[in-house]
Amino acid sequence: MSRDLCRKAGYKFTFLSDPKAEVIRRYDLLHPGAGVKGQDIARPAEFLVDSSGVIRWANLTEDYRVRTRPDQLIEQAGELK
Amino acid sequence: MNQHRWNWHLWVGFALCLVGFASLPVLARFPATRDVPWVNFLLFGTGLAFLFVGLRRAFGQPQQYRGKIAGPILGTVSVLAAALFCFVVFYETRQLPASTGAPKVGERAPDFVLPDTSNRPVSLSSLLSTPFVNTQMPPKGVVLVFYRGYW
Repeated sequence: MSRDLCRKAGYKFTFLSDPKAEVIRRYDLLHPGAGVKGQDIARPAEFLVDSSGVIRWANLTEDYRVRTRPDQLIEQAGELK
Repeated sequence: MNQHRWNWHLWVGFALCLVGFASLPVLARFPATRDVPWVNFLLFGTGLAFLFVGLRRAFGQPQQYRGKIAGPILGTVSVLAAALFCFVVFYETRQLPASTGAPKVGERAPDFVLPDTSNRPVSLSSLLSTPFVNTQMPPKGVVLVFYRGYW
């Protein structure tokens, strides 16, 4: 299903699936019962991780309508050494 | 001659409020109109102003204008639509968990292994260390995007 979605949307980046929300829980990003049918889903969040595995920038938005824009991410990624 | 004129202000105001309400999903596609939904607020503001003028005419000059019945109905629906819109934008979409345990800037991102679209296991460390095909260099970093999807 996500493969079809990626192809349709033209996504070239790695698209991972976390059906049991294990990693979402490990990152403490679970939003219980917020799915359309009351499923547990992730709150939207973006992390920029440098080559040593350290988080250099993160955005846990306070409003799920407002997400990181591509230009914001590109600007932050440009500061990676 | 005492002919009642059509109170068009009421209907224009109502229509603007409806558009202001219904256009949120469309305008939310563009960051410029999503992060602060100013176009919707403008539509609501203009619509309610028209309704105000229309209601004043309906009740202030009832000999000239119609709308003593339609006006309050359209006005009430419009105010409710504006209130619901504000509730969603200022309250509902901000109800997010505290996520106090989320990894912070300067901390190491917890490693993980998850299946990609071909069901191959992918780890964060492998994403950080796998060189690009064209440059043979590993990436300077990885962006993790947690998305509220259902796939």
